[in-house]
Amino acid sequence: MPQHTLDYLDLLEAESIHIMREVAGQFERPALLFSGGKDSITLVQLALKAFKPGKIPFPLVHIDTGHNFPEALEYRDKIAEQYGAKLIVRKVEDTIKARGLKEPSGKFASRNALQSYTLLDTIEEFGFDACIGGARRDEEKARAKERIFSVRDEFGQWDPKKQRPELWNLYNGKIALGENVRVFPISNWVELDVWNYIKREGIELPSIYFTHEREVIVHNEHLVAMSDFIRVDEGDVIVKKNVRYRTVGDMTCTAAVESTASTIDDIIAEIHLTNISERGETRIDDQVSEAAMEDRKKNGYF
Amino acid sequence: MDLLRFITAGSVDDGKSTLIGRLLYDTDSIKVDQLETIQKQSKNKSEGEIDLALFTDGLRAEREQGITIDVAYKYFNTEKRKFIIADAPGHIQYTRNMVTGASNSDLIIILVDARLGVIEQTRRHTILASLLQLPHVVVTINKMDMVDFSQEVYDSIVAEYSKMAESLKIKDVKFIPISALNGDNIVNPSANMPWFKGETLLHLLENVNVAQDINYDESRFPVQYVIRPQSDDLHDYRGYAGKVLSGTYKKGDRVTVLPDGIESVVEAVEVHGLEVEEAFAPQSAVIRLKDDIDINRGDLIVKQSDIIKISQDVQATICWMDNRPLVKGNKYLLQVQSKRVRCVIKEINYKIDVNTLERHEDFDQVGLNDVVNVTIKTASPIAYDSYNTLRANGGAILIDETAHTTVAGCMLQ
Repeated sequence: MPQHTLDYLDLLEAESIHIMREVAGQFERPALLFSGGKDSITLVQLALKAFKPGKIPFPLVHIDTGHNFPEALEYRDKIAEQYGAKLIVRKVEDTIKARGLKEPSGKFASRNALQSYTLLDTIEEFGFDACIGGARRDEEKARAKERIFSVRDEFGQWDPKKQRPELWNLYNGKIALGENVRVFPISNWVELDVWNYIKREGIELPSIYFTHEREVIVHNEHLVAMSDFIRVDEGDVIVKKNVRYRTVGDMTCTAAVESTASTIDDIIAEIHLTNISERGETRIDDQVSEAAMEDRKKNGYF
Repeated sequence: MDLLRFITAGSVDDGKSTLIGRLLYDTDSIKVDQLETIQKQSKNKSEGEIDLALFTDGLRAEREQGITIDVAYKYFNTEKRKFIIADAPGHIQYTRNMVTGASNSDLIIILVDARLGVIEQTRRHTILASLLQLPHVVVTINKMDMVDFSQEVYDSIVAEYSKMAESLKIKDVKFIPISALNGDNIVNPSANMPWFKGETLLHLLENVNVAQDINYDESRFPVQYVIRPQSDDLHDYRGYAGKVLSGTYKKGDRVTVLPDGIESVVEAVEVHGLEVEEAFAPQSAVIRLKDDIDINRGDLIVKQSDIIKISQDVQATICWMDNRPLVKGNKYLLQVQSKRVRCVIKEINYKIDVNTLERHEDFDQVGLNDVVNVTIKTASPIAYDSYNTLRANGGAILIDETAHTTVAGCMLQ
C-alpha cells in the first residue's frame, strides 16, 4: 500500500492546478497576467504543470507601465520564449497618448492606477473573458475578502457586496457579454509558500530579487531606486547600498530592502526573520490611505 | 508539514475575532507594520495594550455601512502545519456565509461564552456543522476568566453540549476551556486551570488527523479539460485532466465513464507530465485510457462502486443564497464538479429550522439564508454521490441562468 501523504506545497499546488484547469475549461479566451514578478512566474509554472504535455492554452499578457525594471522585462521575454508561450504586451504610455490621460505628478509619481485603463482596453481588444492574476489573500485585507473567481463588470469594477459565494471547490465563471472574471489561483498561498515553491521547483528569477549594489534615494525610511522616472530634489540623500527587491513592481513605487541575500535559501531565511510585511516594506503606493487597494480594485485594478 | 482548513463560528461578542487575533499573534504571524496600524486604531485602550480583534477588521465599505461581507480568509503556520482560517460572521442572517466557509473546512471551532453556556446560536452553528458534515468539531468555552476559571461551569457546558452533539450524530467533538483575551489554553496550557488535562487549542489544531477523512475506497475523477497537444511527437495523445476527489487510480484499473457508462482501462496516470504508479486524492492528475472514446469536460471517471448514483431526479438539502426567493418550477443550472446541467426545482419538500432541525412543511416563501429540502429534475442524467456518504462528490451549486449568480449551495442526497 503506497503512502498517501502530501506536503502542504503539494496540496496548494493541486488546488491551484485545479483552478487553472477550471479556467481553461470554463472560458473561451482566458489570459495570464504576467509581470515577471515572483507571483506571476509561480502562475506560469503552475500553468505549465497543469497542461503538460500540452502547451499553456492561453497567452501571457503584460501591461507595461513604462516604469519597469529592465531586468524584469528581459526576464519576461526570456520566459515567454523558453516555454513557447504567446506574449502580448500593451503599454500604458500608448493609452495615455490615445486617451489623453493625465499623468500623475509628484516625486514618485506612479502609473499604477493608470494600468487599469490599459488592462481594460487590452481585455476589450482581445475579448478576454478571464484574466489570471497572482494576487494572494495574505497581501492585503481587500484581497483577503476577494473570491478566487472574481467577477468584474464591463468597467472592471470589483463590488465586494455582489461577490458570488464560493463553495467547496466549485467555481462559477458564468458571465454576461462584456463582463470578465479575474481568477486568482494562488489566493491561499502566503509569501513564504511562494518562496518555498520557487525553491522546490528550481524556478529561475529576475536578478533584482537577489542582492546587488544600487544607487537609491532614502525617503521616509524607504529605499527607492534612482531612475529617470523619479524626481530628484535638492537635499535628497542618494546612497549606494547592497539591496534586493522583495516584490517587483514599478521602479517609482517599489522600495528595495537592504540585503545581502544571494540565494533563495538566503531569501527564505531573511523573510523568516523579518518583522515587516511584504507590502508594508516595499509598496509605497499602498501607503496613501488605509483603503488604497480597496479603492484601486473598485476601479478595475487586478 | 501539511495543511488544515478550519472555520471559526461565533459572533464578535463571543470573542471570535479576539481568538483569531490571538492565534495569529501567538504564532508570530503578525508583522510590526500591521501591529502599528492596529495600535493606531485601538481606541480606549491603555498604553501598550492592543485590541486583538482588530486583526480581523474588514474593508472600509464594511466599516462605513456597519456590515460584514461574506467570508475573510486568514493564514498562519507553525512548524507542523499551514493553517487556513475561514472567518465567517456568526449572526443569524449569515447562514449563507457560514455554509460557504464551512464547505471547504476540515474542522470547525465553535465559540461558547462561558457566562452564557449553550445558546440558540451554539445550537445553530452545530446544526450547520452537521449539515455540512464537518469531520471535526472543537468547542472552545471562552471567557473562562470571567467565571473565575470554574471547572463546574465548564463541566456543565460540556455535559449540555455533548447531549446535543449526540442527538445530531456528530462524531468527533473536543472541548477546551480558554480565555482568548489572555491566551489561556490557546498556545500554552493555562496556569489558571490546572484541572484541565486536555490539549491546548493550537496543539489540537496541529495534530488532528485530517488525512484519515479522505475516502480511498471510492474513486472519483471529474474531467475538467482534455489535453490534446496535436504536435508531431504527441500526435495521438489524449489526456483527461482533473482532480482525484477520492480514491486512487493506477495503470490497469478498470474504469467507467459516467454518466454514459462507457467502460475502459487506465493506460497511464500522470502527475504534472510525469507518469506515476498511482494518483490519489486530492492530487491533480491526468488519466489516459486504452480505448479511443469520446470523453468531455463534465464526465466522471470512476472505478467500481456500489454507492454512486446516476439519475435525473435528485433530492438535495440546499441553503438559499440569493435575495430573490426560490420559487418552485424555476429553472437553474446545476453544477456538480465540472458538470453543468439545466434543471428545474420540481418540489420544495420542507424547510429546515436551523435552530432546532425541525422540518416545516408549511411556509410562505424560501428566502436568503433559508435551508430547505428540494427535489430537482435535471435535463440529462448526472453522476453524483450522497453528500453524507462521500462529501467530496456530493456538493453542488445552483446558478441563475440569466443573472449568472450562485444562488444556492446543495448537499445532494
